[in-house]
Amino acid sequence: MEVRREPLPSDFRISQLKARDMLRGDLEGEDLERYVEQRVMTTTLNRAVAWARGNSFFPLTFGLACCAIEQIHIVASRMDVARFGWEAFRASPRQADLIILSGRVSIKMAPIIRRIYDQMLDPKWAISMGACCSSMGVFNNYALVPADKFLPISVHVPGCPPRPEALAHGLLRLRSQVLGDPPAGWRERYEAIGTEEVLAGEPPSPAVNVFEPGDTAGA
Amino acid sequence: MPDATELELTAQELREIDTEAVLDTEFHRGRAVLVVKPEKIKAVLTHLFNRGYGFLASLHGVDYYPHEPRLGVLYELLDMYNVDRISVKARVPTSDPRLPSIVDLFPGAEFPEREVYDMFGVVFEGHPDLRRILMPEDYEGHPQRRDFPVGGEPVLFTYNEEQSYGKDV
Repeated sequence: MEVRREPLPSDFRISQLKARDMLRGDLEGEDLERYVEQRVMTTTLNRAVAWARGNSFFPLTFGLACCAIEQIHIVASRMDVARFGWEAFRASPRQADLIILSGRVSIKMAPIIRRIYDQMLDPKWAISMGACCSSMGVFNNYALVPADKFLPISVHVPGCPPRPEALAHGLLRLRSQVLGDPPAGWRERYEAIGTEEVLAGEPPSPAVNVFEPGDTAGA
Repeated sequence: MPDATELELTAQELREIDTEAVLDTEFHRGRAVLVVKPEKIKAVLTHLFNRGYGFLASLHGVDYYPHEPRLGVLYELLDMYNVDRISVKARVPTSDPRLPSIVDLFPGAEFPEREVYDMFGVVFEGHPDLRRILMPEDYEGHPQRRDFPVGGEPVLFTYNEEQSYGKDV
């Protein structure tokens, strides 16, 4: 059988040769300037670190109730959070930096979750997934406690249970919080100005409770 | 299931041993219930146990509010040789919710009795380890009683986070 090799594109070939020259120290003057300009990107350290953090969450392997089934689905092929770099679910809180509270939290379970959260290393984030965890949903009775009572929650994902898309969207919102990105502009697009949730007498704040990494004020 | 006649015969048999043990009998939708005086519950269950009802299928509590005495404890017995079921019910008031424990007769009753104690506050005297089983140990109240508030924790929104979060800093 005949093996055919496509010829490499010529500009790729040229840049390869230039890189070799660079390694040899042969590039000088304008060539060197252009070479460096093409390859170096400047940013602040904070932004670079945030970029790395936001694109490599290590969620904790932690399911509480039926929402955990949907949480499992975000790793499967249809929703596939590996696209964003969050597929490394860690079984140990020491190695995880994101806890997804997927389900109802009973009063007896709350101290255990808090303990797991305290064992996670900074910076760490928490997502409250589903109605039960945020507002106790249909199980609003003597046994349950909302997650905000004992954890600083970064993102609340509503739904009963939320679809995997919703959780992935929540994770993307968390990513944009971590990256410090401005909102995606949907308020402008849908003319929803003035619908932001703000406290009376307070300066406008983001609609979600944003806690800086390491800030335990909401705990 | 014993039919209504057989239930009356069983009640009569128990009354012959102790005249005031059985307070009432109920036969509803094929289910036979002996209503028993709380102090006599152990004697009645022992007698039924010796008659062949050797398996305690369930032990659970009920709150019959607003009827008095409010609390009820039901013992569902099963005769596995004749495939026969009978329920024994004891009613206790909330002011003095005491019943003798039957753990020495049916060892499997230990956890159900703890659950009834946890949820309804019925004290089983003679139980080896009467602690809460489902709720945290420092929990106050008995949540399955009808006068216990239905709602749990208040829902947290942004407007009440300052009051509820414990944001003391």
